[in-house]
Amino acid sequence: MLGTGLLSGLGVTAKNFVGSFYDPARLTTIEYPEVKTKLPEAYRNFPFLVAENATDPMGTLRCVACQICEKECPPQCIYIEKSKDKKPDATGKPQLFPAIFAIDTSVCMSCQICVEVCPFDAIKMDQVYEIATTDRFSALLLNREQLAKSNAYYHGIHPTEAAEVDARLAAERKAAEEKAAAAAAAKAAAAAAKAAAPVAKPLPNA
Amino acid sequence: MSVSDLSAPAAGSPGSRVRAVHDSFHGDLLEVSMGPHHPSTHGVFRMIVTLDGETIVKLKPVFGYLHRNHEKLGENVTYLGSMPYTDRLDYLSSMTNNWAYALAVEKLAGQAVPERAEYVRVILAELTRLLNHTCLAGFLMQDCGCSGTPLMYAFREREYILDLFESLSGSRMMCNYQRFGGCRVDPSADWLAGAQKLTDRYGVFLDEFETLLTGNEIIMARTQGVGKLPPALAIGAGVTGPMLRASGVNYDLRKVDAYGVYPRFDFRVPLGDHGDVYDRYMIRVLEMRESIKILQQALAGLPGGPIMDPKAKLRSFRPKAGEAYGRIEGPKGEIGFYLLSDGSPNPYRYRIRPPSFINLTILEDMCLGHTVADAVIILGSVDIVLGEVDR
Repeated sequence: MLGTGLLSGLGVTAKNFVGSFYDPARLTTIEYPEVKTKLPEAYRNFPFLVAENATDPMGTLRCVACQICEKECPPQCIYIEKSKDKKPDATGKPQLFPAIFAIDTSVCMSCQICVEVCPFDAIKMDQVYEIATTDRFSALLLNREQLAKSNAYYHGIHPTEAAEVDARLAAERKAAEEKAAAAAAAKAAAAAAKAAAPVAKPLPNA
Repeated sequence: MSVSDLSAPAAGSPGSRVRAVHDSFHGDLLEVSMGPHHPSTHGVFRMIVTLDGETIVKLKPVFGYLHRNHEKLGENVTYLGSMPYTDRLDYLSSMTNNWAYALAVEKLAGQAVPERAEYVRVILAELTRLLNHTCLAGFLMQDCGCSGTPLMYAFREREYILDLFESLSGSRMMCNYQRFGGCRVDPSADWLAGAQKLTDRYGVFLDEFETLLTGNEIIMARTQGVGKLPPALAIGAGVTGPMLRASGVNYDLRKVDAYGVYPRFDFRVPLGDHGDVYDRYMIRVLEMRESIKILQQALAGLPGGPIMDPKAKLRSFRPKAGEAYGRIEGPKGEIGFYLLSDGSPNPYRYRIRPPSFINLTILEDMCLGHTVADAVIILGSVDIVLGEVDR
């Protein structure tokens, strides 16, 4: 019969209209600024730099200014200048650090490639999305101080991923320490052997 | 161009309704510029429509307002660096764009893909197809004049799929998920349970959506017999995807190329009869039902194992010199990437075969003899995304 399709369609809209009053599961929207949805753990928008220690973020940045992310960044929004001197990193090895590390978030497209290529787990993705500003230029160009956030913060936003990273870094650190200890022991043993048995062979020029 | 020097189409062609005689009652032809800022053009697309009364006698599509040098950019960034740019082609189906590009690079580099990654790719591609076709049906109804309801229902369901994409890849639309030799992250058991729940529920939504639209007499009257595309013309113009199948041509790359693990799944390819706007809508609904079948099989058969090939390289990826063309059946048609490598970290040539663009070139032939209001729904049934048309 002509019109049945139309009426059954109207039935669907009526069901949805009434249903949303009785079943809260059918309400698919929230009142945004007052209520916020919980972000999924994987959510990403802009990168930040991980610092080991929240009290001294500039001194404990994991970044060693290797500039791989700067090279790999597709829209080229990262700018890094290496430091002239070195400072010890978490394993005590002297490393360079970024004297300047800037990300232009007006150019960044949140692709996460900098995070994937970083061999030091020094750059990760942030979850702050309310970043509207009235300044188009300097407010969107983030410097080293604005980018540095503590490892605890990283644990807060990506708990699973951060735990994996920490475990990996701890293993690397332990391996490095063992290697260093083994090397030191070998060196000490060699030195001891040298001291115990003086060179028997005469010097060539003697 | 002046309207008066317009040559009349040959007798018998769809545009032959143009009058030879212009008397004082019937005016001259009228040239109307529709777009680029027009809500029905799905972005920044312009149609220069020449009208005789209300009938279209000539239609000239104008592209390029969203051109952003995509292919040249691809030659200047590394192979990996192009991946997030492919998200921005057809931003409704970034997962399939990623896959087509990854497939091209994998062919170029001879990179193997683990079985689990192939299954995850199929799951994501079929979810993308559901998302894209649901949105298309909603937009098409919006173009017909059903203001709001079907589009909002479609967007409600789309958001559930986007939630899945966000919890897996970190971004709703710009997923950047596929890598050369696998996928970036392994879907967790929770995620797979969510995908299973959505797949089980989607058929119920489609039933509701179809009750709302398919049998609706107004929609039938409005779309049946409008914008017919004969199969010969569709093949000649290189049209692919649901548009070609709505004209009754059995051509689906999932069956023809049998890429990935598609040969393992049991599904049918729905075909249209008339090639009109209604058939194009129906083809999409039927394809969604087949997608649900594929999703059920893929989720049930998902094997364990690694998600990335252990030999895959992320940094300093340099495929040896050569060329490769990777194509898959995207929701809009055949999406293909052609790559020419000279052994450097960047491709020497990077070329895209965009389904929206090629499907759009046939627009004039479908619109001739119809009214402006019909041109809007014919354009809606083509299913274009201007990010992909202009690149």
